[in-house]
Amino acid sequence: MVDERKTFETRLRAARDRQGLDKSEAPKGALPSTWGFGLRAGVEVVSALIVGVGLGLMLDRWLGTWPWLFLLMFCLGAAAGVMNVYRLFTPRSGARKD
Amino acid sequence: MAVEGNSIDALSQFELGTVGGAIGASVGFTQSNLHMLIAGALIVAMMVLGMRPRAIVPGRFQSLAESAYGFIDDMVVAQVGPEGRRFFPFVFTLFMFILFGNMLGLFPYAFTYTSHISMTFTLAAIVFVLITVVAIVLHGTHFFGYFFPQGAPLWLAPIIIPVEIVSYISRPISLSIRLFANMVAGHVMLKVFATFVVMLAGLGAVGPFLSIMPLTINVVLVGFEVLVAFLQAYVFAILTCIYLHDAVHLH
Repeated sequence: MVDERKTFETRLRAARDRQGLDKSEAPKGALPSTWGFGLRAGVEVVSALIVGVGLGLMLDRWLGTWPWLFLLMFCLGAAAGVMNVYRLFTPRSGARKD
Repeated sequence: MAVEGNSIDALSQFELGTVGGAIGASVGFTQSNLHMLIAGALIVAMMVLGMRPRAIVPGRFQSLAESAYGFIDDMVVAQVGPEGRRFFPFVFTLFMFILFGNMLGLFPYAFTYTSHISMTFTLAAIVFVLITVVAIVLHGTHFFGYFFPQGAPLWLAPIIIPVEIVSYISRPISLSIRLFANMVAGHVMLKVFATFVVMLAGLGAVGPFLSIMPLTINVVLVGFEVLVAFLQAYVFAILTCIYLHDAVHLH
């Protein structure tokens, strides 16, 4: 049964190759549009800033150090946002060995 | 309803109200919950009906179910690796639930439950808790090494570690905001242009001709929204897979 299906797959592939059907191997994992990439980059920066500012405000309210931790965490959030975007554009090394 | 006086009311479509009469009102059963139930029932129906024939050469329903399965299976294996198969049920459920929510929202009189940040953030929080628990279970205390990449100079640690932690916490925020903002923006645009159609049509003799323009835009927008509905469900699922990869492999 399995063999039968396997030979069918190979014959199908050979037939498709003869007809030139499978020529465009689209890059897998790539997002379909550049627009999607741009919007994702924006969202990454904004969300990192939200986390930084939110944590800063919470710590300030807790420790009563307004506005120093807020300022510090704002900068950290901005740095994290830049790092998120950097990660977005660096190709991830797929299944790396541990 | 869309045109009250001369103002554009594009946000009332996101207001929650209870359905189901007195019973629904007393338990707080909103139209959002109703649409979640509908989406769940549709997904189950699609998979159960699609898998019933079990034909070697699939019919329409079966190939729909099979291609949905194969699509997510390919994604999970390509992103997480073969050992990531055990997360397939989770990713599949998540993807189908978001996809059906986005698509159902495009029907007239329907409600888009993915247009509420509380909803999308709950989904993202589930993902966040899962990836953290998986990483801790698989790697124990090595998980905390994730926040400090190997090979970086030690004196940079006070900068790198907080930045990495903020970056890690920002994951569920960016996941939820992306989905929520896309759905809200799309539906607001649809509503605004639909209101233009009505407003321009009341402009006397030339009105009906002018209102063809926003109508055309709306037709194009609906097509665009179908694309966005699929794309956002895809992005949510693939980012979940990428985070799962990080949790399983810990670079």
